[in-house]
Amino acid sequence: MSDKKKLKVATTSLAGCFGCHMSFLDIDERLFTLLEHIEFDRSPLTDIKTVTPGTDIGIIEGGLCNAENVHVLREFRANCNILIAIGACAINGGLPAQRNHLPLTTILEEVYHTSPGLANGRIPNDPELPLPLNQVHPIHEVVKVDYFIPGCPPSGDAIWKVLTDLLAGREPELGHGLMHYD
Amino acid sequence: MSHTFTLDGKTIPFEPGETILQAAGRAGVYIPHLCYHPEFKPHGSCKLCTVKINGRQTASCTMRAMVGMVVESETEEINAERRALTQMLFVEGNHFCPSCEKSGNCQLQATAYHLGMMSPHYDHFYPNRPVDASHPDVLLDFNRCILCSLCVRASRDVDGKNVFALSGRGIKTHLIVNAKSGRLADTDFTLGDKAAQVCPVGVILKKRQGFAVPIGERTYDKAPIGETLAEGK
Repeated sequence: MSDKKKLKVATTSLAGCFGCHMSFLDIDERLFTLLEHIEFDRSPLTDIKTVTPGTDIGIIEGGLCNAENVHVLREFRANCNILIAIGACAINGGLPAQRNHLPLTTILEEVYHTSPGLANGRIPNDPELPLPLNQVHPIHEVVKVDYFIPGCPPSGDAIWKVLTDLLAGREPELGHGLMHYD
Repeated sequence: MSHTFTLDGKTIPFEPGETILQAAGRAGVYIPHLCYHPEFKPHGSCKLCTVKINGRQTASCTMRAMVGMVVESETEEINAERRALTQMLFVEGNHFCPSCEKSGNCQLQATAYHLGMMSPHYDHFYPNRPVDASHPDVLLDFNRCILCSLCVRASRDVDGKNVFALSGRGIKTHLIVNAKSGRLADTDFTLGDKAAQVCPVGVILKKRQGFAVPIGERTYDKAPIGETLAEGK
């Protein structure tokens, strides 16, 4: 295995809480084994800012709540051979999607303007800030997603199972105990 | 002549008048289902229990077993259709398991696990369905309703109260409370009602006891639904 080329893996958190990344780190000492087979490309773990074309696996945490999330997701899809959605938010919008039944204007008004203690607060309007989407969406509604690891977050064991299945060329399968939506 | 049929090649005995689902349950064979409950008349609406009989698809909860029937259930084709139905149930409502008290004890969730549902696949509807917290002991969270009608049947046929009903048609079908105000507090519904016990998902919830059982010890943490429900319980 050592003379084989290492697989490039990129990861990101969109509208997520980084909980899935923390869970990824929960594979603990197995990270060393994993690093014999993979190397990280763009990821919060490397601070590389763009995905290298031809990256083997892209792992996306979080759903889409603003225009920048969509941009990053499309960059991952364009440059990764396999795209994995990890966690409840990437798969069904999760907690951020709890705002979906409220009009965006109402939310922004309340958060920045009418809440107590925000006298004369203004809704941020800097061109640097990505515009929020009207509703939060899971990533499969925008790009093709190859594999899903459900859970909030999925356990380190579930993430390990899927990654090792993929590295071994098997179709990933979680089964009872590892398959969780919560 | 003995009363038997075959289910995925296995010989299943039945009493005349029994449905395929009932006979399979008694024989310890699990057929996925959501709107069926052994204590109630079948509703035949969720279609999760669809099987193929002599080459044609039908709901096994409403189809009477007959001598010599050849029934297929655990096939890739039928499970793919069951999975698609389950995915539609997920996207039509608001099913956010991490914040649901029923998680781990939910038949919809456990059935989705059984069917290997890795994603909702379809686009989400994100419907706007306000909750009804008016009743002192029970919360109604309509976001999770899958229209199985078990609460309707239990309240009407067992409790004799007729508290719930399905209203509207097609995609607009929704659960309502039979009160002028539409609020559960304005009915004679109580925690002791059968209707308070039968919800397979997290719509009818007893207040002040959420998350009482820790993760790892809930019904479907311990065993998958196929092993838990095979007896038709």
